[in-house]
Amino acid sequence: MSLLTVRDLSVAIGQARPVDGVSFDIALGETFALLGESGCGKSMTALALMRLLPDAARIGGGQVAFGGRSLAELPESEMRSLRGGGMAMIFQEPGTSLNPVMTVGRQIRESIDLHGGKLGAVELLDAVGIPDAPRRANEYPFQLSGGMKQRAMIAMALAGAPKLLIADEPTTALDVTIQAQVLDLLRELQRERRMAMLLISHDLGVVSRMSDHVGVMYAGQLVEVAPRDRFFGAAAHPYSRALFAALPDSSRRDGELASIPGSVPPLTAIFSGCRFADRCAEVRPACREAPPPWRELGDGAGAQHMVRCIRVGELPMAAPMAAAEKSALAARREGAAALLQVSDLQVHFPIRRGVLQRVVGQVRAVDGVSLELQAGRTLALVGESGCGKTTAGKAILHLQPPTGGSVRLDGRQLGGLAPRAMQMVFQDPYGSLNPRLRVGEIIAEGMRALAIGGDHSRRIAGLLGQVGLAADMAGRYPHEFSGGQRQRVAIARALAVDPRLLVLDEPTSALDVSVQAQILNLLRELQGRLGLGYLFITHNIAVVDFLAHEVAVMYLGRIVERGRAEEVLRAPRHPYTQALLSAVPRVEQDGEMRGVERVVLQGDMPSPANPPAGCHFHPRCALAVAACRSAYPDETRLTATHAVRCHLAD
Amino acid sequence: MKVVILWSDALLFLLLALVFIGGWWSRRQAHLRDAWRKVGASATAMAATTVLATFLLVGVLDSLHYRERLPDVGGVPAGSTNYSNEVLSALDAVLSPLRTRSEKTYSAPLATYLFAKESLDAGGGGRDFPRLRHGGAHLGAQLDGHGGDIAMRVLKGLGLGVALWLPLWFFARRKKLMRSGIHGDGAGDTAGPAVGAVLVTALVLLLIAGVVVALAQGYHVLGTDKVGQDVLYLTLKSIRTGLLIGTLTTLIMLPAAVLLGMLAGYVGGWVDDAIQYLYTVLNSIPGVLLIAAAVLMMQVIIDTHPEWFASSAERADARLLALCLILGVTSWTGLARLLRGETLKLREMDYVQAAQAFGVGRLAIMLRHILPNLMHIVLIALVMDFSGLVLAEAVLSYVGIGVDPNTISFGTMINAARMELAREPMVWWSLAAAFAFMFALVLAANLLADAVRDAFDPRNAG
Repeated sequence: MSLLTVRDLSVAIGQARPVDGVSFDIALGETFALLGESGCGKSMTALALMRLLPDAARIGGGQVAFGGRSLAELPESEMRSLRGGGMAMIFQEPGTSLNPVMTVGRQIRESIDLHGGKLGAVELLDAVGIPDAPRRANEYPFQLSGGMKQRAMIAMALAGAPKLLIADEPTTALDVTIQAQVLDLLRELQRERRMAMLLISHDLGVVSRMSDHVGVMYAGQLVEVAPRDRFFGAAAHPYSRALFAALPDSSRRDGELASIPGSVPPLTAIFSGCRFADRCAEVRPACREAPPPWRELGDGAGAQHMVRCIRVGELPMAAPMAAAEKSALAARREGAAALLQVSDLQVHFPIRRGVLQRVVGQVRAVDGVSLELQAGRTLALVGESGCGKTTAGKAILHLQPPTGGSVRLDGRQLGGLAPRAMQMVFQDPYGSLNPRLRVGEIIAEGMRALAIGGDHSRRIAGLLGQVGLAADMAGRYPHEFSGGQRQRVAIARALAVDPRLLVLDEPTSALDVSVQAQILNLLRELQGRLGLGYLFITHNIAVVDFLAHEVAVMYLGRIVERGRAEEVLRAPRHPYTQALLSAVPRVEQDGEMRGVERVVLQGDMPSPANPPAGCHFHPRCALAVAACRSAYPDETRLTATHAVRCHLAD
Repeated sequence: MKVVILWSDALLFLLLALVFIGGWWSRRQAHLRDAWRKVGASATAMAATTVLATFLLVGVLDSLHYRERLPDVGGVPAGSTNYSNEVLSALDAVLSPLRTRSEKTYSAPLATYLFAKESLDAGGGGRDFPRLRHGGAHLGAQLDGHGGDIAMRVLKGLGLGVALWLPLWFFARRKKLMRSGIHGDGAGDTAGPAVGAVLVTALVLLLIAGVVVALAQGYHVLGTDKVGQDVLYLTLKSIRTGLLIGTLTTLIMLPAAVLLGMLAGYVGGWVDDAIQYLYTVLNSIPGVLLIAAAVLMMQVIIDTHPEWFASSAERADARLLALCLILGVTSWTGLARLLRGETLKLREMDYVQAAQAFGVGRLAIMLRHILPNLMHIVLIALVMDFSGLVLAEAVLSYVGIGVDPNTISFGTMINAARMELAREPMVWWSLAAAFAFMFALVLAANLLADAVRDAFDPRNAG
């Protein structure tokens, strides 16, 4: 008996159909995951279930039954008591989902009063694992960290004892270690209360860890529905397979990622055949003629596996691994001169207080970072948000003046900007291009500013070709491009001045998986061709595993472990690195490793304005000993390349 | 005839030229062109534009000034000509019947008698309403035909309006046919400007104009004021004053607001402190007080230097300009503060940092990366400020610190209405006329501002 039954649900915005004929069931105690890239209609489906669609959108057809009642026919007043009471929703951004001028406890109590919950606010906060709940209930949202806010949101959702919990990307805005905590909490609560859960995510790892059933959405339609183990064992739809193949990890580090060409079609697109046909590697003329019907791939055991693809029987069962030829990686040349040498870099921000603006303390955003990078290699700077990795990157470029330490390029000390040698690619492809300038002008800016001679328009055409764009795109404005294409433009802009080193600040974190693969492939290709050194700043371990030669892990402004990628990622020695790696939700194709013990960190990262005494990590470290509380550990060299700062390393 | 160019005329034409140049320039900027196209597709915006264009036409006509040549009087040597002391405008020439046919005092709209009883000397008839000198004079002594005459004139006026409108309609229709002929698929209909709205608005305006023209030939359509001047003439003359105050003030405040706002936001540090201090100080002085002080000072200067001005029109013009200047000086702070905030936001954008990473200079970053991204705010502020300033003039003139008392403006009309409303029976038409015209002007400006804001809001783009 399923709690929620959705049949042929459609949402219409004018002529567009962001959700078109979606059907699925969720039983009590089960988790159904909607998986897909952005713009596929996942969130719109969830909002349609709650009848909370934006004004322009309306439900275009189909039935939704919740506990035997049809939701489409309920009057708004009953719907209101159902929201929160019967089904509750958790949103992506905990920062904006809480009212900043009300205490957390009051906001939860409001929800309790509405739905007549049995538990009080403090008990609920306790249930979602917030330490010192009575005190926290009287605090305002700004006093809580991101992870705690999301826990408070969950507590609020639980107040009405809902039977169905809709979690819309509940951990996307959180760091990996916090994400692990929140995911565990959700699973635990679900088991305790036998709730049904609709999980919306773009992250295969999260889906793998949490779900019982998986539905893959593409362009407003479900294209594959399968039980979790079957999906992760033998995904059948070409889109699902491409998603798996596009995931970066170590096993593909010497090859090329399989990327899906193009990007998700816009809402207004009109389809005649299979919606994925334009990006599908296995496309046949028949695919474009009629919408593919559902195919049943039952194994007879009652587990339904449905695929919307006409060629599903003909395709090889195993996902075709990208068998690209191995690109020759630049081997580390021992003793080769380093391109970039950073020693003891510091960026401190003064904290000013009082009428006279006296300096009362320092925020040590970057506190003694030393790095070395050779030409043609990639150094990944890994850490959670707030650890100072972006500030370190900007300080190396002198975009943010460092307060101490030195940056040497080719052995020469840098005193200011060195725009011809070092360039930066930013995280947000929407914010990094001036919307008022044409792409050609954007790329030419560096050449103009540095008075590089030559035929600029020829060079722009060449650069656009180099990053995989057409030369005639130089006359267009950024808003005509998709996120991935914009990031290509940003890379072309950086390359325009022939830099030796690129600082890449999370260049793929704002992109979808399939587009991320395109950009990563491009970056690798450019490195092989131009011999660029990359300083890759990221929190995404999978990307690091794919791209980086060397890894440095940052915690609270300092590097706690560094070494070659294999050393740090396969045999981490610092407890923080270990926790970080184990917190990453991995795609387990066979489902065996589900019960494996993980190191889950407790608590949040402390503020860099007031770091803990001794080892910065000791309050969260399970292995901390007395020495950790008193002194910051010195660097212990484990091998010629692998070093760690931990008292327990030797 | 001798052409006179007042300072305010020159500035108005300069402003118009700037608007045309700006329009021509923005045609070549894709994002601006798209936004303007969106404005053009909005029926409300186009109707408002039509109304504003009509007001502008009246204002421009009223800004072409000249001094009439006096008829040669005997004794003047041949070759030298005398010009009248009175500065007239093209609008005055068009409206010369209205201007010259003044009554003794108040008369109601379309009336044939004065509003107040007077003792009649002829025939010893005691006190009665005297006949108007011009209103309904063509009817002669028999007034039976008064109602019928008005009805006939209304019909004639409606006919005139339709007759003027039909060519316009044919023109628009032919253009549309041509356009759909080129595209073949009628694509021009959906994306094209809202021609229908323009035509309907034009029809309404022409019908009103036709009726007014037909009636005005025999009557005072909106009555007369205390000294017997035609109120319709006064309201039409007020339009120029309103437009000037609305536009010239923004011209004065704009450079200051943009420059100071951007500097404060981008450069920061002590520059920011200084600019913030400046506008906080300006803002903390009551605006009316500051304006009153400045206007009175200006008045003293003008009065002590009569030799600076050739005619009374020039003196009034100087005072009008001074008022614009003072309003500009006191009103740049709001926009500057807005732009400072936006610049603070833009400064942290990645594309600005990317430009810094190339070593692009401060000024170049401000001009290339900050200013173009502020333009939509500037434009919205301009259009929205316009209506505020027109209203501000009315308030200031009402308080007595506005334009020169000789300058005809909505404010002076409303000021005069203060006494008229206290009369028994009430004289309402002066205020009603000023109110109706100002209402139409400000409403049109506000509707256009709304449409412009919607079109230029980046959140609506896409």
